[in-house]
Amino acid sequence: MVGAGIVGASCAYALTRAGVRVTVVDRGGVASGTTGAGEGNILVSDKEPGPELELALRSNDLWRNLDEECGGFEWDPKGGLVVAETPEVLDALTTFAETQRRHVPAADADAGAPPGAAGVVASLVPAADLREFEPHLAEGLAGGIHYPQDAQVQPMLAAARLLRASGARLVRTAVERFLVSGDHVTGVRTGQGDLYADAVVNAAGTWAGSFPQAPLPIRPRKGFILVTQPFAVPPVRHKVYTAAYVTNVASDAEGLETSGVIESTQAGTVLIGASRQRVGYDTAIDYTVLAKLAKQAVGLFPVLRTAQVMRAYAGLRPYSPDHLPVIGPDHRLGGLFHACGHEGAGIGLAPATAEMVTAQVTGGRPPVDPAPFAPGRFA
Amino acid sequence: MIEFRFEGRAIAAEEGQSIGAALHAAGIRSWRTTRFGGRPRGLFCAIGACFDCLLTVNGAPDQRACQTVARAGDEVGP
Amino acid sequence: MSYDLAVVGAGPAGLTAARVAAKRGLRVALIDAYARTGGQFLRGAAQPRLTGVDVKLGQRVWAVERSSGGFEIHASTTTTAAILLVATGAHDKVIPFPGWDLPGVLTAGGAQALVKGERIRPGAEMVVAGTGPFLLPVAVTLLEAGVRVKEVLEANRPAPRMAAALARIPSKAAEALGYARRLAEARVPYRTGHAVVAAHGEDSVEGVTVARLTPGWRPYAWRTVDCDTVAVGYGFTPQVDLPLQLGCALTGDHVVTDDRQRTSVEGVLAAGEVTGVAGAPSAVVEGALAVHSLVGEPPPRLLAEKARLRRFARALDLSYPVRDGWRDWLTPDTVVCRCEEVTLRAIDEARDLGAHDPRTLKLLARPGMGWCQGRMCGHAVARLTGHEPAPQKRPFAQPITLADLTLHDREDNA
Repeated sequence: MVGAGIVGASCAYALTRAGVRVTVVDRGGVASGTTGAGEGNILVSDKEPGPELELALRSNDLWRNLDEECGGFEWDPKGGLVVAETPEVLDALTTFAETQRRHVPAADADAGAPPGAAGVVASLVPAADLREFEPHLAEGLAGGIHYPQDAQVQPMLAAARLLRASGARLVRTAVERFLVSGDHVTGVRTGQGDLYADAVVNAAGTWAGSFPQAPLPIRPRKGFILVTQPFAVPPVRHKVYTAAYVTNVASDAEGLETSGVIESTQAGTVLIGASRQRVGYDTAIDYTVLAKLAKQAVGLFPVLRTAQVMRAYAGLRPYSPDHLPVIGPDHRLGGLFHACGHEGAGIGLAPATAEMVTAQVTGGRPPVDPAPFAPGRFA
Repeated sequence: MIEFRFEGRAIAAEEGQSIGAALHAAGIRSWRTTRFGGRPRGLFCAIGACFDCLLTVNGAPDQRACQTVARAGDEVGP
Repeated sequence: MSYDLAVVGAGPAGLTAARVAAKRGLRVALIDAYARTGGQFLRGAAQPRLTGVDVKLGQRVWAVERSSGGFEIHASTTTTAAILLVATGAHDKVIPFPGWDLPGVLTAGGAQALVKGERIRPGAEMVVAGTGPFLLPVAVTLLEAGVRVKEVLEANRPAPRMAAALARIPSKAAEALGYARRLAEARVPYRTGHAVVAAHGEDSVEGVTVARLTPGWRPYAWRTVDCDTVAVGYGFTPQVDLPLQLGCALTGDHVVTDDRQRTSVEGVLAAGEVTGVAGAPSAVVEGALAVHSLVGEPPPRLLAEKARLRRFARALDLSYPVRDGWRDWLTPDTVVCRCEEVTLRAIDEARDLGAHDPRTLKLLARPGMGWCQGRMCGHAVARLTGHEPAPQKRPFAQPITLADLTLHDREDNA
């Protein structure tokens, strides 16, 4: 397993439970990359109907199971609230939610389930009721959509707990390259010598595309998060975001895009996102971007005007050209599997990704159709 | 000398003195509790680095008592 | 208006630099977070006249950025200058012990600031503990304020190296002797190889446990001492947030400068404790040197003086290290991170989960994630994972409100 982020840790957990002996290699240790720079989102709300929503719904169920089996990572089924500034935006959100609700997960469709079964749960929140969900929301919003399935975990703890529960060995060293014999990967060369394995899983996150023997078109997209002071009772209950977030997540723009995404943590802080920029591996602080995030936050929650910001950090979201994760056997080399390219949804999608990889490695059949995620689709 | 109020109680301070020092000198050694353990907190570093001494001054929350000069009539509380 | 020179920090280094720069005809701004000049060392001293200097007090600098003409220094207002001199000083280095979060436990620098700057008596009966020569003037200051100082506890047993260093600087030797005499007159015991290893009390300190220490600082032979206040200081940590934001090179805990106070970043100078803790006289020399390096050749006398004081500081540093034996003072319930209330037990659990370095430890157990951003627990947390304490980048050198942050969108002003 190359990578000890949430995807690598989830895969290690699922694989060891399937009887596979796993060694995890990461140059920075557990959660040292993108996992350590995220909010811990487990969202269905921002996924348009299609393969990623399918994966997200499956993951949502699996996260609930993981909380029971393993736990200790601040699982919080707080729900999401997408808010609209204008009636037009609310109409668009309502239509979007309707298409999500009509989406029937393939597994259930096979069984002849009606639309809506085990799918996305979403309900319209009229302007007058917004304050029941979020007492401190700004005046003048047109309404919103409530997604009770949206949840949050503390992502670093989740990765660490899953890795620990897996019993897999963690080796802290860099993977230099894959070891290849003919057209088969037989292991990895690390800073501490060669490791041989029947299968190698590439869960290297932002760096997953850069192995020369099996390159993938995965590149980093930079995002900032502002962290406020801790509150005894944080003024934000759900994950609250504006419609622009959904558009930006799916966008192909090169330049800076920001949208208001606000939520609290169990530690009492409020996390404020979200920005997206394509600037390579640069994680330098940009106060202009932070100021934009602050503006959006106080626009949605005026009470936050007096909240003090303690810190900010940038993370790199690994994305693929079609914004879908890359999961499955490599199309060039046997014995190599990919589990990467989750962009900003890696925490949410990790358990279903792990389930898929485990099925592929052990010769089983995953419940979610893996075809749309096949690494060969860019070839 | 000037006077400000802490939870309604009159506290004397010298001109230019910080709220934290005036409270400490008046025998008030803690003015907030921690959010998990409910532990008392007052002055610790006294130079603005530790943030233990946070309090509310005239409605502005989370001000460092050791860095806030007391003014006559200030209303101060946890 | 844009200044030729902006000096951040109005302690001995910054005050000297601002004064010399104004005398040389530079347009200079002197910025400090507090309401008065002087910094920690000259707190409470008469406010100096600073002719020709724009003094900006109560300005907490939270960020510095490069701009086309030099630097922007962001506080509640933004100051622009061609050259930036960072003279932000240092804060006390502290290590945890059971009860150290009780009200009545103060840092040594804090206790001194309360007397010198605030003119209050920090406690009635006090114990002063820690390491380093700073404990002596703190104890004497407390005595002069009417505190009954019961003991001064130096954890180290200062080596002959220290005596040799003192012998080379007669003024320092005289100063140290003066303090020792004052303590002796007041019958205050100065004990080396001792420390306060626990503080006791319900809502405030009522007493402390004092232990003898092995050379590695493991405790043995405990006793209790009644007191209402404790001052603890284990040296100082330079405040390097601003130079780090600009990418200045560091070595250990401080900014690297050449003999003219130039950092690795063009246009950024640093003077005083931020370049390595060496005390106020050294800060004064460095403040002057920084300006000389801008306007001409520094006088050889100053360069020699700086070298001499730095050598002395290095000898001090080596004589008063912080040894790892303090870990044995802690119990599983001892709070290590005061802000997030992270106990040693929680830290051990995180280490067990795979946190083998300070960053991962912070991500898993939250020490250093709170209001002070690791300023108080940074040393302890690093040592608990076996790492050398290293300054961390802080995009906000001071917390600011979201409302204030909204004003910093450059695209708005374009």
